[in-house]
Amino acid sequence: MSELIVISTLNGVLFGMLLFLLSSGLTVIFSMMGVLNFAHASFYMLGAFFGYQLTRWIGFWPALVLAPLLVGVVGMAVERYGLRNTHRHGHVAELLLTFGLAFAIEEIVSMIWGKSPVDYRVPTALDFPAFTVFSTNYPAYKIFMLAVSVSIFVALLIVLKRTRVGLIVQAALTYPTMVGHLGHNVGRVFMVVFGVGSALAGLAGVIAGPSLVTQSDMASLLGPILFVVIVFGGLGSLPGAFIASLLIGLIQTFAVALNGSLASAFGPLDPGLGPSVLTDIWNVTIAQIAPILPYVLLVLILIVRPMGLLGTRET
Amino acid sequence: MTAAIEIKDVQKRFGNVSIIRDLNLNVARGERHAIIGPNGAGKSTTFNLISGHIKPSGGEIRLNGDVISGLRPFEINRRGLSRSFQVTNVFARMTVLENVRCAVLWATGHRYAFWKNVDRLPVVKQRTERILEDIHLSHRRDVPAGLLTYAEQRELEIGITIAGGANVIMLDEPTAGMSHAETERAVTLIRRLTEGRTLVIVEHDMSVVFGIADRISVLVYGQIIASGTPEEIRGNRKVREAYLGEEGH
Amino acid sequence: MTDATAPLELKEQPGGRVRFYGIWLIAAVALIVLPLVFSSGGSLTSFSLIGIAIIFALSYNILLGQTGLLSFGHAVHYGLGGFLAVHVMNAVANYNWPLPLPFIPLFGGIGGLAFAIVFGWVMTKRAGTVFAMITLGIGELVASSSLILRSVFGGESGITTDRTALPHMFGWSFGPQRQVYYLIAFWVMVSAIAMYALTRTPLGRLCNAVRDNPERVEFIGYDPHVVRYFAYGFAGFFAGVAGGLTAINFEIANSAYLGATQSGFVLFAAFIGGTAYFFGPILGAILVTYLQLGLTDLTTVWQLYFGIIFIGIVMFAPGGIAGLLMMHRPLVRAGSLATVIPSYLVAALPTLAFALGVILSIETVAHYTDSEGEGSVVHLVGIPFDAVKPTTWLAAAVLVVVGFVIARLTWRRVTEAWDRAATIARDRGYLA
Repeated sequence: MSELIVISTLNGVLFGMLLFLLSSGLTVIFSMMGVLNFAHASFYMLGAFFGYQLTRWIGFWPALVLAPLLVGVVGMAVERYGLRNTHRHGHVAELLLTFGLAFAIEEIVSMIWGKSPVDYRVPTALDFPAFTVFSTNYPAYKIFMLAVSVSIFVALLIVLKRTRVGLIVQAALTYPTMVGHLGHNVGRVFMVVFGVGSALAGLAGVIAGPSLVTQSDMASLLGPILFVVIVFGGLGSLPGAFIASLLIGLIQTFAVALNGSLASAFGPLDPGLGPSVLTDIWNVTIAQIAPILPYVLLVLILIVRPMGLLGTRET
Repeated sequence: MTAAIEIKDVQKRFGNVSIIRDLNLNVARGERHAIIGPNGAGKSTTFNLISGHIKPSGGEIRLNGDVISGLRPFEINRRGLSRSFQVTNVFARMTVLENVRCAVLWATGHRYAFWKNVDRLPVVKQRTERILEDIHLSHRRDVPAGLLTYAEQRELEIGITIAGGANVIMLDEPTAGMSHAETERAVTLIRRLTEGRTLVIVEHDMSVVFGIADRISVLVYGQIIASGTPEEIRGNRKVREAYLGEEGH
Repeated sequence: MTDATAPLELKEQPGGRVRFYGIWLIAAVALIVLPLVFSSGGSLTSFSLIGIAIIFALSYNILLGQTGLLSFGHAVHYGLGGFLAVHVMNAVANYNWPLPLPFIPLFGGIGGLAFAIVFGWVMTKRAGTVFAMITLGIGELVASSSLILRSVFGGESGITTDRTALPHMFGWSFGPQRQVYYLIAFWVMVSAIAMYALTRTPLGRLCNAVRDNPERVEFIGYDPHVVRYFAYGFAGFFAGVAGGLTAINFEIANSAYLGATQSGFVLFAAFIGGTAYFFGPILGAILVTYLQLGLTDLTTVWQLYFGIIFIGIVMFAPGGIAGLLMMHRPLVRAGSLATVIPSYLVAALPTLAFALGVILSIETVAHYTDSEGEGSVVHLVGIPFDAVKPTTWLAAAVLVVVGFVIARLTWRRVTEAWDRAATIARDRGYLA
């Protein structure tokens, strides 16, 4: 039991940090531009596939740097040539544009790399067990992932607190309506922020790819969870996104690890009852309901606190 | 007789900043009351507090004797208070007719009805037509509100505000940005349309204020520093120093 | 029928009432005559699917076009409607209830409505982006839950039914596709009229007001939350009707009905058709269903074309097809349409070249990467292109780049011509 707790906590924190790598960019972009980038998870997927392809061509370490940069460029292009032109049609149009993009990117990825998972492997230099907890070997690559996400987290904090751009971002987080008064280079600021946000998503993809499955549906699987994270945390709140990321990361990881069901806890139902909703619920394992837990949380927070955990904004 | 609006010790803080400090104000029924004051004095905040747009941090607001502070805007509206906005705030994609008609629907008791044809409601039709005529926009009835001229939008804004038949009308700088001729027309309009109702108006143009108001309150830094008839306000030294002097009147 | 939300109307229409009822009559006649003209089994199937898509897209537009609510989970109502319909059909057959098939879509509607009543109040608390995210989350929640509750949703395979096992009506068994088509056509007519009528009620108009300016609505006595809740309920009901019809049409309901793909489909249909006009989603439903049926045979990457068309519409014609058509109405009335037509013809050629270039690029990449597919030869407008030859790649690149550059220039001309035509229309008293 304690083995499960240690391993699941590690994995949960790891998944949570990965989610935060994505949700932080999404939150900052939303706060500054008012756009909820539906294609954010697609950038994560692009990161994984670019990482895979570049690893095959030039090796993992150069790919680790290059792939996020490429994704960042794609993101900047999307902002410059897509969103900026759509802006005058309002936020719904912008959201729809990114929705269309997410759809198109998934199709393009499956057109080029196919619909089945690609063979994106952990680099040999990191392919060894880092330590052993009880009887489980904890892979070094996961420690590496954790290290990367934590260092990005720290770097973000420093940028946010210590630099001019950070101040602008912070101002935007606190006073969303003030962003318009940033001056004439507001377009460039948007483009850079969008690019950095996309690049971070790409980085998450590059490092998550070998550990999770790199497949053309990975964006549509992760995307909805990501949106749950930022709605749960409160749209536009960075600390909220952080807490929600960790919470959902932990909850999902623990749920997947637990095999219990009502049947295993209280014994099977009388077989004479026959199949019904009750037997479905009685026999389902916690691991099986893991995928729906984030959405259950979403419904709960909406009932209890529609603004989200740390949200302050109405829209 | 109870006052139409009674504001008692109302405060509003945003974080540590007090915008409104111990505001006290009475508006009698049938009175035309103007609130004046320098920019940033809290006039719009006062309007937002009374109409339920924002909630007071403390104190109490009564409408015709009933406490309304803390109620939602539509609840306050249903009790007979209607307000306009400083920045034009109409339904841009809907026609002028639809704008006015929507504002008539609740007051005529149709609420959320989904079983009635909106074109076949005689009372609604009659009232909408009358308001369109009153605000001189009958000939523009089928134009989307977003395509009206600025002055026309301001008139529509007033039309929407009075359409529900509320007995307390609050107008937030109704003539802001209008030319001299347009302002004169608007003043006549306001005077006629608010006949027999209570009017609270925020206005910068002193000729409008002195032309319409029975009573004037001067708001400076979130507090009423003087309240009285136009003559009393004109003669008040404190007011002249704090406000009127700056405006050059 | 366009005056539901038609923003650009200045002059009174003589005989508007006759025209109004005329359009509905023509639509009804067209629905009756269609299968007589195109009587093959394939076209009957297509018409049935298009009919269902029309109801579905119109129901979606109650949210997006009428109330300004963007939903990513509308298929939840469609799917639940389908499942309830299937269960009711099976129950009717099992217990010999005297309920003929044509009433079944009503239960579909009830299924969609029930979900809206229970969850809608919480969901419609917020509008805008948050509402969009909530619908996405709820959509995933329902889709995932449907796989767990196997006894109700039948797991991966779904739940089947037999539509002929219900009591017959007018001597129809509803076995043949033609009879099913007429059943669907009947419901298309009824639903379209009902949804149109809804736009003409106090609630319908308040929906528009909430779409335009929810803040102001609060100051004319209405609670925008309640308005959104009602709109959500009606949208859910009619989506459920569409789902019920689908269940009848395929004699099955499965969890794919509830999923994100289906929700995306209806969003595409409504938006491509145009959300600002009542008839927009009808056009969109016809086009998108037709493309879906037609493109699947032609190309393996048809969904990508959907995405591209959608992105194009969002960026360049956010009013959709209906918006593009209605833009020209004042010009037609004022007689200045001739001013823009030549510029359109000039722009058409490079635009077409650009489009062909994009298609060739996509098909080339698709054939190049798909090694075990149908070989590397792309057939485009009758010309074979070999995806492994560099000349093909070059041809695609040239078409894209040159087409784009010239198209941009010609479209600038279109804009100028358009401005002239619009000025004329304005001068003649037609708003443009």
